[in-house]
Amino acid sequence: MIGFIIRRTLVVIPTLLGITIIIFTMLAITPGDPAELLLGERATKESLEAMREYLGLNKPLYVQYGMFLKRVAKFDLGETIWTRQKVYIEIMERFPATIELTLAAMIISSFLGVLLGIISATKQYSWFDYASMLGSLFGVSMPVFWLGLMLMLIFSLSLGLFPMSGRLGVDTNLTVITNLFVVDSILTGNWTALKDALMHLALPAIALSTIPLAIVARMTRSSMLEVLRQDYIKTARAKGLSEVKIVLKHALRNGLIPVVTVVGLQFGILLGGAILTETVFAWPGIGKWLFDGVVKRDYMVIQGGTLLVATIFVIINLIVDVLYAIINPRISVK
Amino acid sequence: MKVKKNKPKVNLWARVTNPEDRHPFFDQIEKLFENKTGVAGLIIIALFALTAILAPAISPHDPDENSLYDQLKPPVWNEGGSTKNLLGTDDLGRDMLSRLIYGARVSLTLGIVSVGIALVCGCILGALAGYYKGWPDNLIMRLMDIILAFPYILLAIVIVAYLGPGLRNAMMAIGIINIPRFARIIRASVIEEYEKDYVTAARAVGASNRRIIFNAIFPNCLAPIIVQASLGFGEAILSGAGLSFLGLGAQPPLSEWGAMIAQGRSMILRAWWVMTYPGIAILLAVLGFNLLGDGLRDALDPRLRD
Repeated sequence: MIGFIIRRTLVVIPTLLGITIIIFTMLAITPGDPAELLLGERATKESLEAMREYLGLNKPLYVQYGMFLKRVAKFDLGETIWTRQKVYIEIMERFPATIELTLAAMIISSFLGVLLGIISATKQYSWFDYASMLGSLFGVSMPVFWLGLMLMLIFSLSLGLFPMSGRLGVDTNLTVITNLFVVDSILTGNWTALKDALMHLALPAIALSTIPLAIVARMTRSSMLEVLRQDYIKTARAKGLSEVKIVLKHALRNGLIPVVTVVGLQFGILLGGAILTETVFAWPGIGKWLFDGVVKRDYMVIQGGTLLVATIFVIINLIVDVLYAIINPRISVK
Repeated sequence: MKVKKNKPKVNLWARVTNPEDRHPFFDQIEKLFENKTGVAGLIIIALFALTAILAPAISPHDPDENSLYDQLKPPVWNEGGSTKNLLGTDDLGRDMLSRLIYGARVSLTLGIVSVGIALVCGCILGALAGYYKGWPDNLIMRLMDIILAFPYILLAIVIVAYLGPGLRNAMMAIGIINIPRFARIIRASVIEEYEKDYVTAARAVGASNRRIIFNAIFPNCLAPIIVQASLGFGEAILSGAGLSFLGLGAQPPLSEWGAMIAQGRSMILRAWWVMTYPGIAILLAVLGFNLLGDGLRDALDPRLRD
């Protein structure tokens, strides 16, 4: 087991190097002077010269890449073109918002998905099964940004139930500690702010959770169907256990194993989907920041944001794989 | 059912319909047609493709024709709507229905080109990795891992951000991010098939490596590829619409569904129909490919059921 964990962790290193190579190459092959791309069109001659020196543009490519790696290792991601602020400071400011959104979406999709999957599996071919499977097919086929806009149109613009965008109302005061507004408002016992934060969170989280929700529901259903056919379930039935106990105690433990992988992989969908969802709901997180960077052609933002999101994704995948090996020891033997 | 021996002529129709005579391929096609989800998907896709092909003939107006007097007309069943513009018009007075019909062309092209890129590159890389094993396998699969290390649509956004926005670059980017899904499947099937007798036989008669890979092994890996291609097609349409929504894909005035949603976003309160219908169009098209993919999976390769 420990051997597996070490081996799996070592695989991360070439992957992370690969990510830096891709990000480095993207800038190198983009037509134009990289120094000018990174500083913007309004840069002065002196700052351009300094940037060329900093990037090592007069040196061979592999030396430039080495310098790039060294900067990344020191968390030196440069300054943004538009706000002239350190990229890592901007990231730190916005990252909690994205975490809050993705975690909320993850909670919704995992709980609801597993629940729908279990009910569908235990009542296979019932109307509930058909309805939830059809619903999940619609869920994976829907553009997340369009769903976000439709939710906004129906629930905030027409019915006025939820606020339209942002993380908190203008007139709500909140002492920021962790920058996760839901956590902060609980910590400070500020219940009006908690309600406001949750109301703001609801629509974007629901929109972001649809695709993973559909995937988790389908996966749980098929996995549970498989487990419910096993002999030990028959034994449990023969013992006269109640159906609820059989499903929740005997079947679910094995049925959830493949679901764990899917829940982990969701993060990729969530982080990617966050770019679209945050843009729709003006949610001030990494996704919207990255998108604004793309629109303004702020290559420092694109570099830094991509590097961060990809690294997080790789690390989460590592954690999921290790967790998977712990709950399912058969995998690490292979 | 027995084969009739007194018929010396080869009956082509029997080659398709007679269960004992025909190629196994037709068994699978028949299974697909017995599968309700698959048929439903096929019908949706056929309608979608027909709409795209016949766009100039069936669209009531020119999709790019501005009309000053018909700006933001609601759909026909709403107050103020007219039969002239069945689904209403956008802020430039362009007919929504015609733009939606022409949008099918863009999405279909995008799907074909990007899945084509992914399919060709993925098949070649996957086959090489699975057949030669050793360092080529390691190199190719690590490269695939790196592409997969970027979550979902992010890599496509980054590629387009550097290469410049536009439909061509968007199609290329979506093609690239979908290479690993094909490469992985092909590699796995090639490794599985490699051990079988017919490959040894092919080698024994002196077939070249290329011949073994593409003429002997490849046809036997087709089932999972077809399933992935169908599912990938739907996903490509979704990603393409996402990129266009962000302004990185199709550029105005081209009628593209994602771009139309972005355009309708600014007038969400005044004219809900401008952003609602393109979304439904995307939903239906992607649903068609997902249904077909599920149906194909059940018909062609029951092992792949999730």
